[in-house]
Amino acid sequence: MANAVAAPAKSKKRSKLQNDTGWAVLMLGPNLLGFLLFMLGPVVATLFLSFTEYDLIAPLKFIGLQNYIEMFQDEIVGQTLLNTFIYTILTVPVGMCLSLILAVLLDQDLAIRRFYRAVYFLPSITSMVAVAVVWQWIYNPEFGLLNYVFSVVGLPQMKWLSSSSTSLISIAIVGIWKSLGYNMLLFLSGLQGISTTYYEASELDGANKLQQFWYVTVPMLRPTIFFVFVMSIISSFQVFDSVMLMTKGGPGRSSSVLVHYLYQNAFQYFRMGYACAIAYLLFAVVLIITLCNMRFEKKMRDIY
Amino acid sequence: MTNIHAFGRTYTPKQMILRIISHVILLFGALTMLMPFIWMLSTSFKSLGEVFVFPPTMFGERIVWENYTKISSRFDYFRYFMNSIKVSVWVVAFQLFTSAMAGFAFSRLQFRFREQIFLLYLATMMVPIHVTIIPNFIQMTFYGVVNTLWSLMIPPMVSAFGTFLMRQFFLTVPRELDEAAKIDGCTPFGIFIRILLPMAGSTIATLAIFCFMNTWNDYFTPLIYISEQRQYTLPLGLAGMKGSYSTDWPVLMAATSLSILPVLVAFLLAQDAFVKGIMLSGMKD
Repeated sequence: MANAVAAPAKSKKRSKLQNDTGWAVLMLGPNLLGFLLFMLGPVVATLFLSFTEYDLIAPLKFIGLQNYIEMFQDEIVGQTLLNTFIYTILTVPVGMCLSLILAVLLDQDLAIRRFYRAVYFLPSITSMVAVAVVWQWIYNPEFGLLNYVFSVVGLPQMKWLSSSSTSLISIAIVGIWKSLGYNMLLFLSGLQGISTTYYEASELDGANKLQQFWYVTVPMLRPTIFFVFVMSIISSFQVFDSVMLMTKGGPGRSSSVLVHYLYQNAFQYFRMGYACAIAYLLFAVVLIITLCNMRFEKKMRDIY
Repeated sequence: MTNIHAFGRTYTPKQMILRIISHVILLFGALTMLMPFIWMLSTSFKSLGEVFVFPPTMFGERIVWENYTKISSRFDYFRYFMNSIKVSVWVVAFQLFTSAMAGFAFSRLQFRFREQIFLLYLATMMVPIHVTIIPNFIQMTFYGVVNTLWSLMIPPMVSAFGTFLMRQFFLTVPRELDEAAKIDGCTPFGIFIRILLPMAGSTIATLAIFCFMNTWNDYFTPLIYISEQRQYTLPLGLAGMKGSYSTDWPVLMAATSLSILPVLVAFLLAQDAFVKGIMLSGMKD
């Protein structure tokens, strides 16, 4: 008897499931098709292409691991990878410190906070192309604003983007400037999550502002700091637009980064297979950072 | 100790000093952030002769409006602008539509492999665009749409991130609402259109701004797909102009100022929505 009652209910549930599947095909279908064609498919296709030689014209040739072997022997990969590391080291710590300081200063009930927020955020909404054009003018060795400021302060005149010793630093400065407001806002939202009771308690214990910063703000903000850190590293590893626009990797290879070399291989030398191998190198780095992030975050949660 | 009254509040002298220091640092920072923009505008109103002087001056002798009228003779601003509008409007419209529908499906419909498919969406969100661009380029060549705006309009019609965002929103809406509609005989699509979509206004606005900004400012994708000048979008056109007229800084700065204008106006009108929209990109990358 009990079975007889349960059976129709089960079949009813199944028919409802089938019903939903029809709707799911209709509503998710177009999205899923695009997702498979332009996102998931290409991720797999890039891996496949990385084992081939392909120039868009001659038929595709399967060459096994040769692209990867070449990649590990390629001095240019080494140099562009090094440049990417240097860019990361130049931008991430400085950018994070500056934006954290600004966020802490802004986290008071200042009357014109909206104004500051808008101003600091302005570079983030501006296209990299516009930013690059303006900064190239600022960096102009003869008539640029920056060299003028340097001459007033008594610093030596620099060649900025057109010297191989300063090109990468110049690009890094633009990178810091552009993402400062964005990082500042991330910190600001983290700061607003810290309860004021911690500050009140530390004040009763006689802590000054600097001590409060070190012993209350920084530990409480640790998850945000870590999030910003990981995001900054991932995005600095993908730097390309600013390099392409301001120096095209030059002079020489002094400011060429990994994605720039990928771009050159794919769309200038038409070595699609080799470029795909480089793409997977980039992918591996980003993946490792993300996985470390997940592991580390879990550990952090256990500790705090 | 005497307290200081300012801005309708009372401060101790120590608080006041801290406040002043804060303001000085923040103001100095703000000036640094704004300087490139000010310099851009000031250069755009100078004559060519006034630009090539050292030390540079902040203002020229008179305002040279001609730099702005000269743009059109060197730079097909209107065409690039219209191309950018076309691509951005199309991408935003389709991305919102496909994301909202799929987000609904992932949050409300029962079907096989739902969680597994969604996990795939999540996994691709962190994949850099540089990893997928080569097969996509080959694919677009195969369809014969390279060098047309279609190559910029087709792939971003779907966004894993947008789908994720819409799903997350729909999950916050209590199910009792759609259960009631279901009893009244409403189909899942009806529930989506009549009940859930009207509630998603702010999420849709945020996603729309985020998507518009990314498309409007995008340099990388057009660089890959478009080489014919007539099909340039604004960023590509501006970059091309920098290449061919690299010494006429006033006109170049005028063109740059104009290219920033649409996003700037939108930003000033809807600052909060913008900030929210761009903060999302952190979750995406």
